[in-house]
Amino acid sequence: MKYETDVVVLGGGGGGMAAAKAADKNGANVILIEREEENGGVLNQCIHNGFGIHYYRKDLTGPEFKETLQEELANTNIKILNSAFVLNVNKDKQLTFVNHKGIHEIKTKALVMATGARERHFNSLAVPGDRVAGIFTAGVAQKYINLQNLKPANSALIVGSGDIGLIMARRLHLEGIEVKGVVEILPYPGGLERNVQQCLRDYNIPLYLSHTVTRVEGNKRLSKVYVSQVDENRQVIPNTEKVFNVDALITSVGLIPLTDPVKFVETGPGFITSNTNQTSEDWIFAAGNCTVVFDLVDYVSREGEKAGKYAALYSQNQYFPEQKVKVKKGKNINILHPMYIDPNERTKLYLRVSKTFKRVEVTVEPLGIKMIEEEARPSEMIEISIKPFKDKNLKEIEVSARELG
Amino acid sequence: MIAVIGAGIVGSLIAREINKYIEDVYIFEAKNRIAAGVTKGNSAIIHGGYDDEPGSVRAEFCYRGNKLYDEISQELSVEVKRVGSHVVALNEDDLKVIDELEKKAIQNGVKEYEILDKAELLEMEPNLNKSALRSLYCPIAAITEPWEAVIQAAKSVEINGGKVLKNKKLVEVKKKDNKFELFFEDGSSYIADLVINAAGLYADEVAKLFGDEIPYIFPRKGEYILLGKDVKYVNSVIFPTPSKITKGCLVMPTVDGGYLAGPTAQNIKSKQDLSTTQEGLLEVKEKSLRLVPTLDFSRNVVKTFAGLRPETKEKDFYIDVGGGNVIHVSGIRSPGLTAAPAIAKYVVEYLIQEKLHINLEKRKNYINHIEKVPHLVEEDYEHWKRVIQEDPDAGEMICYCNKITKKEIKEAIKNGARTLDDVKFATRASFGECQGSFCIPKILKIISEETGLRPEEVLQNEKGSWIINSEVRAI
Repeated sequence: MKYETDVVVLGGGGGGMAAAKAADKNGANVILIEREEENGGVLNQCIHNGFGIHYYRKDLTGPEFKETLQEELANTNIKILNSAFVLNVNKDKQLTFVNHKGIHEIKTKALVMATGARERHFNSLAVPGDRVAGIFTAGVAQKYINLQNLKPANSALIVGSGDIGLIMARRLHLEGIEVKGVVEILPYPGGLERNVQQCLRDYNIPLYLSHTVTRVEGNKRLSKVYVSQVDENRQVIPNTEKVFNVDALITSVGLIPLTDPVKFVETGPGFITSNTNQTSEDWIFAAGNCTVVFDLVDYVSREGEKAGKYAALYSQNQYFPEQKVKVKKGKNINILHPMYIDPNERTKLYLRVSKTFKRVEVTVEPLGIKMIEEEARPSEMIEISIKPFKDKNLKEIEVSARELG
Repeated sequence: MIAVIGAGIVGSLIAREINKYIEDVYIFEAKNRIAAGVTKGNSAIIHGGYDDEPGSVRAEFCYRGNKLYDEISQELSVEVKRVGSHVVALNEDDLKVIDELEKKAIQNGVKEYEILDKAELLEMEPNLNKSALRSLYCPIAAITEPWEAVIQAAKSVEINGGKVLKNKKLVEVKKKDNKFELFFEDGSSYIADLVINAAGLYADEVAKLFGDEIPYIFPRKGEYILLGKDVKYVNSVIFPTPSKITKGCLVMPTVDGGYLAGPTAQNIKSKQDLSTTQEGLLEVKEKSLRLVPTLDFSRNVVKTFAGLRPETKEKDFYIDVGGGNVIHVSGIRSPGLTAAPAIAKYVVEYLIQEKLHINLEKRKNYINHIEKVPHLVEEDYEHWKRVIQEDPDAGEMICYCNKITKKEIKEAIKNGARTLDDVKFATRASFGECQGSFCIPKILKIISEETGLRPEEVLQNEKGSWIINSEVRAI
């Protein structure tokens, strides 16, 4: 079959659904494509709460957040294609996708990439040892337990203290799996403080900061995990080895933005966008974890809305940015999003600092924006709002962070 | 009945060759899946044949085997990509080794090689170390997926009336008249007129069961690092100049678009030790970076693994008749994959017919060509559409990285796949960058639905490699 539309949204998670909603609201014909049978992405398996506090001003579970968005989509003309896998996007604004009925083409005017992220796998860390069963990414363990009612372990060690790792520590514990600890290579936890409290301390699950897995061992199934302490350069400190007798290792060692199947857009490693979520290809917009990895689905959906809105305006020839100001990473800035600003529009700037600060001042120059934060860690995103600014000669702004004494 | 012990590349190709004459061929595999031993963990290269010691059995079979892969590729529908190889000289000493290699190539009768100068080499391989001086380029060197060749050869045997039996570990042999009674660990026994021992790492132990002493096999471990598809590193197989022990740590493309760096060469004690080591992985990194400095081991690693080579003191293949109607095909270390089709012909055309005086006649009803369910994503869309019309599962994507559909996974299960690794090696599903994070829970479910196995019974590979312990709670 051949389709024609104004805006295609690729990915039906928290970002994609919000993008479709906003594109529809801004007058575009919208097709939303999701490769799974159901929309929602990872929200479906996140049965814990803490979703929607900013976006809906309600404390929801993942599935509830999804349902809420889904209901908003139900009152629109958005065409949703599920179990549809996009094989190809070409520069002539044509997409090809496959589903159980065949292979189909869509001609569009604008595209929103909301393809999310995948988990970095333990195998890619090249940790030596036996190649055994029993090593799962947190997402896979979560899928087994929450969606398939399958228990993949009796006892577990968790590596990586990102939010997913912390939440899975609690989840496994509550399902009767003995969680012997959470190992984190950094000197501070990777996830939100509230999760460290609610998922570990509340259940007396030990957190081993500045520790790393050095070897895994087992006969076909994992039986032992070797862990050592590391110094400030992440080098193993000799004679600090601990051995954990567990049959599962659950990893939460980072997310990697997914940019497939679009190959011809500037990435680094996720899609690089402007404050209106426009990529280097002016008809392609991108939002959510396929740009940078966000802390909260709330941010992802807000970004999705923005991408959907501007994609709709673009498809109706109503959005042409005249000027693009580059945003430069200054001192102590690790992650910055967006990387370009259309100065006629408002900007939500997201950043992660590159080290821990007790008290930090973040500046945006030459706009003269200053913001002071108590305690900043690379694991928590900082948000800065920038109003439209009109300065025709401005080519670049720089964001930096410095410790305040 | 003719029995072949071992369903690796050597055993399966010998069985197929015999099967061209005799219907009644059995392959007995000790593990619960085929191609799971030496065949699984190696560089997957079809070597050019220029570097083996002239006069060795290896040299005799390598070049011939290389040529036979065209036939294997066509008849068994196995992917063989003739990407070529370079042995790269990085310094003045290496230049001498290249000269020696050229002499060996001539002695081994290998005509397909060229000596390239720096400019020619760097034009073909722009990511190489810029201090590269020269290379011995061999355009007939190829890459393949060894397990795919085994899967297809085994399918050929089954289609042509033979049998492939798994979980059959040979534990005892009794001579009966001119025949052998073979006893397996599971309590079963079979009577064979002729036995081919192609038991890989265990061929010396199997020979003992027949009362034969053949060269003692010790395992030599090779560790590898697999890199993803995002960055293009090399177009062909890149070797350093070889040492006396090994062809060295190389960098090569894989058939499905990734890159492989390795192997190391470490003598070890246990034939079951497939662990990777910190020293080994570090060595792979250092040595392969010397060849291709752009390799990104901090970002682009997909996984690491190790394989074992069956080595002997003699450093050569041992292929001969034992006491009675038994043939030992042993010590098949590198270039065993390359040599395998030539070894198969040698065993059937010479050892069986000439040396054992067993008269064989070609079967008239033999089916030579074996189809392979093609990776749909590699087909043209019109064809794929027709397949979907017949079977909607062909339009349901399960493995997102390698783009494998539900139909292909169900097909693998129909052909005998029972474990996650069976499906992985049969289809490439879960082989990609995400290492199965999206698809493995689905594949587990499909195996369970298609076979009636409970999720707890679905293994990663061998016995003991369980995935699921139980249900979370009874529903």
